[in-house]
Amino acid sequence: MSVSGSITHLTLAEMRELLVKRAFSSKELTQAHLDAMEDLRSLNAFTVETADKALAMAEAADQRLAKGAARPLEGVPIAIKDLYCTEGVETTAGSKILKGFVPPYESTVTAKLWASGAVMTGKLNMDEFAMGSANMNSAYGPVANPWQRSGDNRDLVPGGSSGGSAAAVAARIAPASLGTDTGGSIRQPASFCGIVGMKPSYGRCSRWGIVAFASSLDQAGPFTRTVRDSAIVLGQMAGYDPMDSTSVDRPVPDYEAALHQDVKGLVIGVPKEYRVPGMSPEIERLWKRGMTWLEEQGAHIREISLPHTQHALPTYYIVAPAEASSNLARYDGVRFGARVPEEDLTGLYEATRGTGFGAEVKRRILIGTYVLSAGYYDAYYNKARRIRTLIARDFSEAFEKVDAILAPTAPSAAFAQGENMDDPVTMYLNDVFTVPASLAGLPAISVPGGLTEDGLPLGLQVIGKAFDEEMVLRVGHALETAAHFTHLPQRIAG
Amino acid sequence: MTVDTTTVRKIARLARIRIEDAEEATLAQELGGILQWIDELQAVDTEGVEPMTSAVATELHLREDAVTDGNAQEAVLSNAPERMAVFYTVPKVVE
Repeated sequence: MSVSGSITHLTLAEMRELLVKRAFSSKELTQAHLDAMEDLRSLNAFTVETADKALAMAEAADQRLAKGAARPLEGVPIAIKDLYCTEGVETTAGSKILKGFVPPYESTVTAKLWASGAVMTGKLNMDEFAMGSANMNSAYGPVANPWQRSGDNRDLVPGGSSGGSAAAVAARIAPASLGTDTGGSIRQPASFCGIVGMKPSYGRCSRWGIVAFASSLDQAGPFTRTVRDSAIVLGQMAGYDPMDSTSVDRPVPDYEAALHQDVKGLVIGVPKEYRVPGMSPEIERLWKRGMTWLEEQGAHIREISLPHTQHALPTYYIVAPAEASSNLARYDGVRFGARVPEEDLTGLYEATRGTGFGAEVKRRILIGTYVLSAGYYDAYYNKARRIRTLIARDFSEAFEKVDAILAPTAPSAAFAQGENMDDPVTMYLNDVFTVPASLAGLPAISVPGGLTEDGLPLGLQVIGKAFDEEMVLRVGHALETAAHFTHLPQRIAG
Repeated sequence: MTVDTTTVRKIARLARIRIEDAEEATLAQELGGILQWIDELQAVDTEGVEPMTSAVATELHLREDAVTDGNAQEAVLSNAPERMAVFYTVPKVVE
């Protein structure tokens, strides 16, 4: 096998196997990905490139491989969303206010990956503080989707907030990357970039060391090009962490083993409320195709009702900004990050935050502050928390009758940079199919299902019961097998 | 739901975010639009429904009440935009 070029097109599972067989070294594999990163700088997927660190980690991995002491991800390059604190490597959450922040500690999830032998190649661009659905809100500028419409070379958005994470994996700059999902920030970009994105159950992975956006919703998850790779990476990320009291202490199953099971006899729910007015015929066709694929493999499709679905987005846009306004209070120009000096302390806070935060972050902090302010707390915040209970109840009632739920991931394919920017609410509607599972804390995956007429990828979403990631992966794998998605984006390495 | 510029100023003050005069009108319009959109929730019947406290029911872990971390003064201060010896510095707050 030639060591440059096609090496970056292998799946993570294949890389792992060939590394163990010593078909190539981790250093060669890592260098191929570093070259890809350099070649595709025009995508603007990375905020920091850590080539030296990557090569040093690769060398250590090669030593272990030589001794036959490989750990589960030994020598495999992985890139990290800039929301994860990485020791000694600048971490900014895509914000000007954290410019220059170098964490003196490592997030639990990334520490677990490095302890499994993975190699870090860099930090990935994202919407500022994970707020956005197009990666247009980054202090580092927008990320370009490696995919383009046929006959149209305009840059499209990769989705958001984990836009850099999705673009890097789609463009073969990394076989896997980490993202975070608060209301759809892994699944929607995975759909836009034609790859697999998994949001585990709330509590499955530790949030410690991940810059907080909305603490009751944030979850870490992997981007990969196959469902098997997703299972492999998730298995190394998941688990209880004493540093995060909301992480759940239950054993981490062998997710890869779940893929050995087929979907024969499973009952798959299709929520009628997801058939929203004005739904694109292409999305509806893909959804129906997904149902047929599962039926052909022996599953039963059953229509279900999740009656509070229509309230999920407005509920999310109370809960998430409320938590954000509280979490982002720490950026005050005193302990870390940027500082705009003023004569008095309040002035220093106001100037620092007024200059350091971008427009969308400010909007959400202001909304959050408003719904939490005296006189409105009950009418907005508590009301939203009550509706959140109803949304979660809808799902638990549905899961008495079905094993998993099939839905589209996003209401459209990737759009051009600058589209959907007329008013904030238009952009928020991107998350209509992903937010309900987030509010209920459920695991969900997006798997590429096909292309639109103008050649852009579309994802299908599988939602499971809390902590039934195995079922989500199993159904996702069945979809992947039937979809046989082998299309490649236009801007790609190797 | 409409939001006036006085309300925008008040919220911005509570959030300790300085906004320019030129931003006020746009923000009032944007925040008004968002609040109007989320106002539809008022019509949902939530009588007798408990507010969600956690997406996943879980028991909190208890551990021995012992010091498990610390002595990291330099690490803690390493990102301070301004410091003096082992202290963060801020503008004078007491006369």
